[in-house]
Amino acid sequence: MSASLEIQLIAVVVAVTCALPGVFLVLQRMSMMSDAISHAILPGIVIAFFITGNLSSPWIILGAAAGGLLTVALVEVLRKTGLLKEDAAIGIVFPALFSVGVILIAQYAGDVHLDIDAVLLGELAFAPFDRITMGGMDLGPRALLVMGVILVVNVVFISVFFKELKLISFDRALAGALGFAPALLHYVLMGLVSVTAVGAFDAVGSILVVALMVAPPASAYLLTDGLKPMIVVSVVIGAVSAVAGYWVAHWLDASIAGAMASMSGVLFLSILILAPHRGLWSVQKRRSNQALLFGRKMLVIHLYNHEGLPEAQHECRMDHLEDHLRWDHAFASRAIRSSLQNDYILQQGPHLSLTETGRKYARSSLVEL
Amino acid sequence: MIDLLTNLFSDYTLRTVALGSALLGITAGSLGGFALLRRQSLLGDAISHAALPGIAIAFLLTGSKAPLVLILGAGIAGWIGAALISVVTTQTRIKYDSALGIMLSVFFGFGLVLLTYIQRQPDANQAGLNSFLFGQAAALIEQDVFLIFVIGSVVILLIALFWKEFKLLSFDSDFLGTLGYPIRTLDYLLTTLFVVAIVIGLQTVGVVLMSAMIIAPAAAARQWTDRLGLMIFLAGIFGAFSGVGGALTSSLIPALPTGPTIVLIVSAIVLISLLFAPNRGLVFRRVRDWQAGKRLRVDAVLVDLYTLASQHSSAEYPHSERVLDVMSSISGPAHQTLKVLKDLDLAIPIDSTHWSLTPEGVLRAERVIERQFGGDS
Repeated sequence: MSASLEIQLIAVVVAVTCALPGVFLVLQRMSMMSDAISHAILPGIVIAFFITGNLSSPWIILGAAAGGLLTVALVEVLRKTGLLKEDAAIGIVFPALFSVGVILIAQYAGDVHLDIDAVLLGELAFAPFDRITMGGMDLGPRALLVMGVILVVNVVFISVFFKELKLISFDRALAGALGFAPALLHYVLMGLVSVTAVGAFDAVGSILVVALMVAPPASAYLLTDGLKPMIVVSVVIGAVSAVAGYWVAHWLDASIAGAMASMSGVLFLSILILAPHRGLWSVQKRRSNQALLFGRKMLVIHLYNHEGLPEAQHECRMDHLEDHLRWDHAFASRAIRSSLQNDYILQQGPHLSLTETGRKYARSSLVEL
Repeated sequence: MIDLLTNLFSDYTLRTVALGSALLGITAGSLGGFALLRRQSLLGDAISHAALPGIAIAFLLTGSKAPLVLILGAGIAGWIGAALISVVTTQTRIKYDSALGIMLSVFFGFGLVLLTYIQRQPDANQAGLNSFLFGQAAALIEQDVFLIFVIGSVVILLIALFWKEFKLLSFDSDFLGTLGYPIRTLDYLLTTLFVVAIVIGLQTVGVVLMSAMIIAPAAAARQWTDRLGLMIFLAGIFGAFSGVGGALTSSLIPALPTGPTIVLIVSAIVLISLLFAPNRGLVFRRVRDWQAGKRLRVDAVLVDLYTLASQHSSAEYPHSERVLDVMSSISGPAHQTLKVLKDLDLAIPIDSTHWSLTPEGVLRAERVIERQFGGDS
């Protein structure tokens, strides 16, 4: 397999592995936990590194996961005191833990290969050079194998506990009442987020893990209503961001991880604008249609109220609408045009009058009101 | 200690770094108060990360590394990030936390693409851009401090000018709206001040730790007072103190980076405040709970004794401690509480295990019952 293909494969596996727990973070409004955890794993990595002296030891992953769980536990402790809100607790805990990590590196790691740049930013381009061999046989790049294992763990966990995860995501109180131990499941999920973040930080760095965990599920959230479709769509969006990111980075000769995050952002932005029903464009269109519908109703009711009365001469004029209903000129002409098209009114010069259909529509609208 | 103070006034670098960090602490801390109350504690984190592409673009466009140029770029990018968060959360069903996470990481990723792109340009002298990631307080020079001072003063002046509006915005923005104030505009103004305070701090403490500079001093100050003015003032003091403390500590210990040291000091202040602040602090609360528990136990045993006495001919009739142990609605042996009652002259021991009420005890027990059951009995 060529290096280019291997990098893309790693990128896709990383993106998919991150998207899976990300779905539940987004649904449970804990997206920022991924940010906190991905930073707070630093001291765990550093301490495990000091003990084992080896960055590729599996202890590093365990140390980092412990760091992640420590964050979750500390945030929970602070929140339970009632003295701090959850967001403030997160905002205080992870910078403190991250600082401990940075200071430990500066104090003791010296010139060992453990710099914060690598932890924060990652470098996917070098991933194919670090390979695992067993008995002389090349098993593939380390990052691919490690992430592959974590992916399998995530898939198994989510399939086995699908019902429970669904329940705690949508109705935590009910989950508790039914005896599903939401707190335990919460910690297991956070443990998975930590392990995933550790596995991914090597390849994409800790800050961009957040992009891969949050952006694809949030995009899917705009497109779907079911949990299963949301997971599938998130995975697809994650994979597409990974491959597209690789090629953008290749073209610009820039950071692959950064480009993957950027592409997930581009996809999010496109979906944000274009998503049917929930996208900005369709929300805007719906609002404008509702305004126009309301405008038509107001217009026919106004004409109906003054119809056949002495003041009709000046009340039922185009320019009067702007004074009486406080419509701006553009909206008034839109409402008139739309009412003409619907055959509700007739126009003779500046004068407006109701048609029979318009009269009926006015009467039924008044009943509605 | 004397050496340290002499150094602070004589060593140029140390003085510059300490002054810069102090000014930054004051500015960030004061704004943090509003962020804390508005539950926007993590907005600072998002803005500081979102600023990165602005720094890269400012450099790409101008080729200059002048702090003002880079700060301007950072500010514009951070502001766009904040505005997008607001649009996404108000117009779609994406929640606040997801919006923060996306803007934070996507902007940062984009900034990273630009930075690596710049680094691979053969002629670019890009050194120094990286310092924004982790901050390099030690590299602060007098001009930087002057810039922080000017911008910080403007921020604090604006807070003072819009004090009433910002206060209402933080506590009851709907009410502010009904009074006819433009909520949206004020919200954007406060967010803009936020962005400004963050970007001037990036150079000192860096992207990752800037959010702690905003939120931690305010979270600590919140524990000491219930008044907004005092809280903001205290937050400023805590911010300044950790800035100076971090600068001094890191100057004393070799290879101790300033930014993380500042953050650890401010985190320690938070911890101390959570534990020891009067009224809200955990220790204070524990003591208060313990005292309340003691008072409740005294009342309960008193009422139990009274109940027993009322079933016998006289108040002096001795009652066994064993009976009191099991009858009290408050669990646990009654012995300690009986000793307290004796000290208060409300009960007297007849022998080693039997007790009876004093006349004062009877009166007091009646008052307790009156209070507990109101007018019913």
